[in-house]
Amino acid sequence: MAEELIAFASKQDMLAKSKQFWNPDKTQFWIDSGVPLVIDRREGYFVYDVEGKRLIDVHLNGGTYNLGHRNPEVAAAVTAAMQRFDIGNHHFPSLARTALAEALVSTAPAPLTKVMYGSGGGEAIDIALKSARHATKKRRIVSVAKAYHGHTGLAVATGDERFATLFLADRPDEFSHVPFNDLDAMEAALRQGDVAAVIMETIPATYGFPLPAPGYLAGVKRLCERYGALYIADEVQTGLMRTGELWAISKHGVEPDILVSGKGISGGMYPVSVVLASEAAAGWLTEDGFAHMSTFGGAELGCVAALKTLEITCRPEVRSMVHYIAATFTAGLARIQAANPDWFTGIRQDGLVMGLEFGHPQGAKFVMKRLYENGVWAIFSTLDPRVLQYKPGILLTPGVCEELLERTEVAIGKARDDAMRGARR
Amino acid sequence: MTGAPINVSELLTDPAGVPRARAMLQRAEWAARSFARYDKPSVDAIVRAAAAAGAAKAREYADWAVRETGFGVAEHKVLKNVASSTGLVECYAGHDYVTPRLDPAAKIVEIPRPAGVVFALTPSTNPVATVFFKCLLALMTRSVVVVSPHPLAKECCADAARTLAAAATAAGAPDGVIQVVDEPSVPLIDALMTDERTSVIVATGGVPVVRAAYSSGTPAIGVGPGNVPVLVDATADLAKAARRIVDSKSFDNSILCTNESVLIVEERAAVALLRQLKRAGAYLLEPAERDRVGKMLFPGGRFDIRFVGKDATWIAAEAGVRVPASTRVLLAPFDLVVPEESLAHEKLCPVLGLVRVDSARRGIDAARAVLRLSGRGHSAAIHSTDPHVIMEYGAAVEVLRVAVNVGNSLGSAGLQTNLAPSMTIGTGFFGRSSVAENLHPSHLVQWTRLAYNSEPAEPFGDFAGLVPWQAPAGPIPPYPAASNQRDGDHGSATAGPPSAAAVRNGRYDLTADAAGALRAEIRRLVIEELSQLVRG
Repeated sequence: MAEELIAFASKQDMLAKSKQFWNPDKTQFWIDSGVPLVIDRREGYFVYDVEGKRLIDVHLNGGTYNLGHRNPEVAAAVTAAMQRFDIGNHHFPSLARTALAEALVSTAPAPLTKVMYGSGGGEAIDIALKSARHATKKRRIVSVAKAYHGHTGLAVATGDERFATLFLADRPDEFSHVPFNDLDAMEAALRQGDVAAVIMETIPATYGFPLPAPGYLAGVKRLCERYGALYIADEVQTGLMRTGELWAISKHGVEPDILVSGKGISGGMYPVSVVLASEAAAGWLTEDGFAHMSTFGGAELGCVAALKTLEITCRPEVRSMVHYIAATFTAGLARIQAANPDWFTGIRQDGLVMGLEFGHPQGAKFVMKRLYENGVWAIFSTLDPRVLQYKPGILLTPGVCEELLERTEVAIGKARDDAMRGARR
Repeated sequence: MTGAPINVSELLTDPAGVPRARAMLQRAEWAARSFARYDKPSVDAIVRAAAAAGAAKAREYADWAVRETGFGVAEHKVLKNVASSTGLVECYAGHDYVTPRLDPAAKIVEIPRPAGVVFALTPSTNPVATVFFKCLLALMTRSVVVVSPHPLAKECCADAARTLAAAATAAGAPDGVIQVVDEPSVPLIDALMTDERTSVIVATGGVPVVRAAYSSGTPAIGVGPGNVPVLVDATADLAKAARRIVDSKSFDNSILCTNESVLIVEERAAVALLRQLKRAGAYLLEPAERDRVGKMLFPGGRFDIRFVGKDATWIAAEAGVRVPASTRVLLAPFDLVVPEESLAHEKLCPVLGLVRVDSARRGIDAARAVLRLSGRGHSAAIHSTDPHVIMEYGAAVEVLRVAVNVGNSLGSAGLQTNLAPSMTIGTGFFGRSSVAENLHPSHLVQWTRLAYNSEPAEPFGDFAGLVPWQAPAGPIPPYPAASNQRDGDHGSATAGPPSAAAVRNGRYDLTADAAGALRAEIRRLVIEELSQLVRG
């Protein structure tokens, strides 16, 4: 069936039509970057180009494919659910939404007791920010410089101007950006007491996973408490066991007022995003439950995918495996770095959230291209192209980890030569 | 509303628990990869800690197993549990399955390579002892194990496996080194047996389980059932033979697969032997009584598992036979070992078949007949002082171990002979198994051989002292602290769970102390119990 619907004369033909009908700039960008990838088959942690090239996926769409592509258990749960459910009616109490909410609350930090639903991460961030504004009756939102929390109305204003000004969507009067890892700057932003919420990715992904300094996030939370702002933990990329705990924020001893998850919670199978909130932060649900609604938010098929995803992710065996995988990459990447000290300049790692730093302003783009040639798909950090986002799956086998490290070692070596040649030119 | 009410959780759970079990195998694969590179001192510390933890609960698990399964004798299970934990470790104390071996004369270096992921099926009859046994064999050889207990004994076995796992990881073993299936089922066992992450299946149980293991496509060590003939000839010390046979047949109420099934006695010794047997606690059933017992034990020709591991007096009462309260074994006489004689088949209860024969020669034929019914490859016993008879017996019966002048229950299991002490008795080609010996650690390790050019001019390398293995530097796997919080120089209370540091601090010392004290206590217990057993 797919063949009948999706038939092109050749990959070139397909790319031409992609430019004509879809996104000309983005289509050309990947061709120019040496990553002319058109994904066809996908299975586990492998994706296959339409021409058959196999790639290990360490982009995972930011964790969307934490459990691998087309995870058979998630697929089976959604398939079973489709015999009875569809998207559902967003006004009425729902079996799947309620079951998922209960499961999320039971595995979340204690203060989080209510769940709201969106269909994507940006929508969920908007819900979180609206909830915080309602709860505090304040308008200003503080985020870190170079942040990224999504492309929707409020979310895009929290992020870097890279995505906001083009659409005249920046709102400097309501949204303040402060330097990351700077508690003094954070306090200065909060001191006037007019801030509804501080929103933080536990490790800022699009900025290349700079790690929060020890004590920084706990310090931010204390400042929030002091100045009457809520703490919103954006765990879209860092949650769901990627750091070896279900939610990365718990490794920092912080109990957030609101926690947002998207991407991976879908199991890579049906879009859904969730906002977990404390009673105080979710006050509007009691006051006026019709105040925010979303036709696709918490679609019942998505909730089933999320329930299964959460169940798999919370298995003790999976947590143990993540710790093994993380240790394997700690050791393997250290070895590669030792062989390339001038070029492979830094490793930012918390579990399976990794940013690899290279000694060139566009370093990660060279590495991305060589990785692609060597059968690995990983993406540079949009807001810091020195840094490669390196996000292996949480169910990887030892064999694929070893293969991935070998391919990475070769690609990093070749990319160094490319970058040096570029520098000489 | 159309259709039945739906429970969302039903969409999400696999009734057989197969996905979760597969996750266990993948965790096991990671653990095996780490464990395979541990050095000998680390392995020894782990084995000792796990064995001590098991032995410390030998009595608790003995009671639990009897309570849960409803059969066996708790006192005897204590002995088996100790023998299969600290006893096993003592037995293999001098062996090394970890360090490379050098043979300069042959110019060969042998590097031990563990099996990897062992899938261990354990029976209901020797539940905890077999869990201990297989887990420790795996630990000694640096393999990891996933235990699937018999459903009748799943709770005590799961707890026992967890006790060993906790002790092993506290002593430095990798996380996941021992895992256990809580809800065993046929689809689950089938899925794990056929999974390519399973390196080897070690199957102890009924014939169907063992055949399934061999059919799975995965390397398997499976052992078949027993049906043990015991021959007493006229040269035997009849008093000793009688006592040994009654002790053995009543041990744990006959649920070891090595328990005697049919006693074959040379006619000219029969009267004297029977007198001694009575003195030792056996009751000779009258023909009518024998018929009632036979019909009761084998309704429709099949053994009724209701009687597995039950007391002789209880069985007698059930059959309406009045016996002295001190009765430990019921003797059921019959004339000929033939398929239609139900009492000639395996009986996992203290009912012992009795056949009189004209000569030792006829006795050997009868023993062969017992084994034609079932139990080929397993074990047999003989009480005799005539090496000619003993040799002829051993050369004729189709088994791979013959216990001589000792009870077979503990003799062929290696507890009262110098065979390898084992809860898993290899039945070899006779019994359609790949293993002919009592299962021992060597069965779970294979060796990579570095074989030099045999040309004398080509020199052999100097491998003295070269060991490719290391002690783990800390918990395996380490807790994934963020890279800017490693090395402990940011003593932040928020860096990981508080337990991580606590685990690292001095856990080897603690374990060694505890193990030392326990070992002394357990050695005392073993000696005491063994001497009581020998005294009868």
